[in-house]
Amino acid sequence: MLGKTAGGVFWMFRYLERSENTARLIEAGFRIALTRPGSEEWTSVLKTAAAEYAYRETHGEVIQSKVIDFLLRDPRNPSSVMSSYAQARQNARTVRTAITQEVWEAVNDAYITLKKRLARPVAERDLPDVLAQIRQHSGLVRGALHGSMLRNDVFDFCRLGTFLERADNTARILDVKYYVLLPSVTQVGSSLDNVQWETILRSVSGVRSYSWLNQGKATPMGIADFLIFDPRMPRSLRSSVTKIRSNLAMLENEYLEQHPCHETVEKLDRCLSISSVEEVFEDGLHEFLTEFLANIARLGAEIEADYRFTE
Amino acid sequence: MTDNARYFDEMYGNGDAPRAPYAQYADWFSRENPKDLIKEAREAEDFFRRTGITFNVYGEADAEERLIPFDIIPRIISAKEWSRLVKGIEQRVRAINAFLHDIYHRQEILRAGRVPVDLIARNEAFLPMMVGVEPPGGIYTHIVGIDMVRTGDDEFFVLEDNARTPSGVSYMLENRETMLQMFPELFSKVKVRRVSDYPASLLNSLAHCMPPDPSPDQTVAVLTPGIHNSAYFEHAFLADHMGVELVEGTDLKIVDGRIAMRTTRGYKPIDVVYRRVDDDFLDPLNFNPDSMLGVPGIFDVYRAGRITIANAPGTGIADDKAIYSYMPDIVEFYTGEKAILQNVPTWRCSEPDSLAYVLDNLADLVVKEVHGSGGYGMLVGPAASKKELAAFRKKLEAKPAGYIAQPTLALSTVPILTKAGLAPRHVDLRPFALFSPQGIDITPGGLTRVALKKGSLVVNSSQGGGTKDTWVLEDD
Repeated sequence: MLGKTAGGVFWMFRYLERSENTARLIEAGFRIALTRPGSEEWTSVLKTAAAEYAYRETHGEVIQSKVIDFLLRDPRNPSSVMSSYAQARQNARTVRTAITQEVWEAVNDAYITLKKRLARPVAERDLPDVLAQIRQHSGLVRGALHGSMLRNDVFDFCRLGTFLERADNTARILDVKYYVLLPSVTQVGSSLDNVQWETILRSVSGVRSYSWLNQGKATPMGIADFLIFDPRMPRSLRSSVTKIRSNLAMLENEYLEQHPCHETVEKLDRCLSISSVEEVFEDGLHEFLTEFLANIARLGAEIEADYRFTE
Repeated sequence: MTDNARYFDEMYGNGDAPRAPYAQYADWFSRENPKDLIKEAREAEDFFRRTGITFNVYGEADAEERLIPFDIIPRIISAKEWSRLVKGIEQRVRAINAFLHDIYHRQEILRAGRVPVDLIARNEAFLPMMVGVEPPGGIYTHIVGIDMVRTGDDEFFVLEDNARTPSGVSYMLENRETMLQMFPELFSKVKVRRVSDYPASLLNSLAHCMPPDPSPDQTVAVLTPGIHNSAYFEHAFLADHMGVELVEGTDLKIVDGRIAMRTTRGYKPIDVVYRRVDDDFLDPLNFNPDSMLGVPGIFDVYRAGRITIANAPGTGIADDKAIYSYMPDIVEFYTGEKAILQNVPTWRCSEPDSLAYVLDNLADLVVKEVHGSGGYGMLVGPAASKKELAAFRKKLEAKPAGYIAQPTLALSTVPILTKAGLAPRHVDLRPFALFSPQGIDITPGGLTRVALKKGSLVVNSSQGGGTKDTWVLEDD
């Protein structure tokens, strides 16, 4: 396949994952704002979406309706749900020959529907509906991908885009909240205040799963362990890295070529298998996440170069 | 249809009973509820939008994709009518190819005085670099679209030859798919010739034009200017259906004397490129140095016989509108036969007498730019305002050699479905011919374009035209 095409599907799925993550962040922020008025949740949502600076440039003060609009549909925000979808679809058009009709139609359909739905600011009462619709469309695209695409290199690049973006997202959610998790470490075993863990888990749609696995006991270490190390949690760092590793291994098998990205993913994987959440807290959660994020960024750049996305 | 007796209607002729090729269809139609059909037609539009069959319009501020309107009443051609057209198209395509070979080699037609030397030598579409170049298999025009119009039961005219990069074939294919999906029962009732083989035929035809010493994989690729091109959908569509890569200039470079594409596993040579990039933009080293769309040096590789470019560079000299008027001579010169397909009478404004006539009769004529396409820069005299006529007169006087003029033809009509029922609208036809050393392959039918505005004669999609599914009947 063409290097450009590999880059096209990779970015297409990064943007799709990004739009889904942004929608999830809005959902979490909205929920917290409704149930716990007065919290500073929107600022940390903006931070997690890496949109705080851009937001303050255009709007200044943090106001719920403006934040939601900025994250949902503002074209000036390159990672707003609409911007991400527009970029995903643009990429889909350039790789039209590499994806199936079903995948193309799912993306195109999502774009057309959302464009109509997000043409004007979304009223508060319509927000849950709109967010549900976004989630539904993400599901349809994913379903089309799994149900109709050949399991070859094209598929691998789609998945690499998804999981790099996901790993990056989960790590950023944790990093923005690490100060919430840290102070209580001194009191190991103590319960966290509800609002703090709720926002974290909501941002990764993991409230119910976490309760199920921990009988409802929310401790900082438990949550960090869940989001960093738990292989059962589909948005944990380990899950994402495992997927990246396996898709890179499939490329290695298909192409019979090893690249620097293979070395980097091994390093990431080893780091997640040897250390435990206790060690992470000992050495510093923030330091751990900073290094993880840097490695993910490096891995992305290596994949791009190793598979010749650009000249 | 009586108010429209001036024009030949392909469904009803000049009377009220359906013509023979439409008999079965009209019978089916009479049992349908027009309101339901209109609803279905609207659904077809959703289908197009969802599948992404759109085109970009040049000069629209909001560079969004637009749909080409689709009308559900088919354009039906009988087997007999078609077989005559096929003979004419074949003859014309062979003559065009022979003409190109001659123009870039011995130029016998010029020596024989059948075409004026000036028309070639001073023509922007003539590519001096192609002189003496032997394209693989001797083929210049791998893909040709012949634009035809009909004026009567037995009267077809060629309006224009498209020997560069004719587009529209994806609409031909998708229109049929849409009709099959909307009215499956209709196709079990009326036997219509298949068009869906086109992509396979195209690939087969291109694969038979390999350069003399191809790479082991004998790779074909489609070259597109990119997603902002108005026909990008078609480029992607054709690459997808042929199962070949869709490349842009930025994917290509010269490696070991061949054009190669950048893949995830390194550079891989291409042997035949079906390019949808104009000559001028093909190679910044050899042609327009500002082009970002082409491949530096591709023409040198071509001249060295290491890649096939389809269509060959320089074919524009054959579909130039000034050359068009010589086509009957060209056909006769190379085939030794009279042209089966008629030309529309044409005044070359480069000739003083013709220019004078054209200026005197501007309001009755259609005037076209010699190098124009897509219906841009064209004057339809009878439809133009006084102001437009005056403005065009100035343009014409300033550069007469840039224009030709033709009488306003009484183009045939085919009904479209409107809220008020069937309404006749003018149509043209673009059949597509594939040419390889194996022979000429013409897909039954082609693209029917229809002017959706009442009375309008301009069918171009960029000017608000629509399309119809085109049927060639299996037997009469």
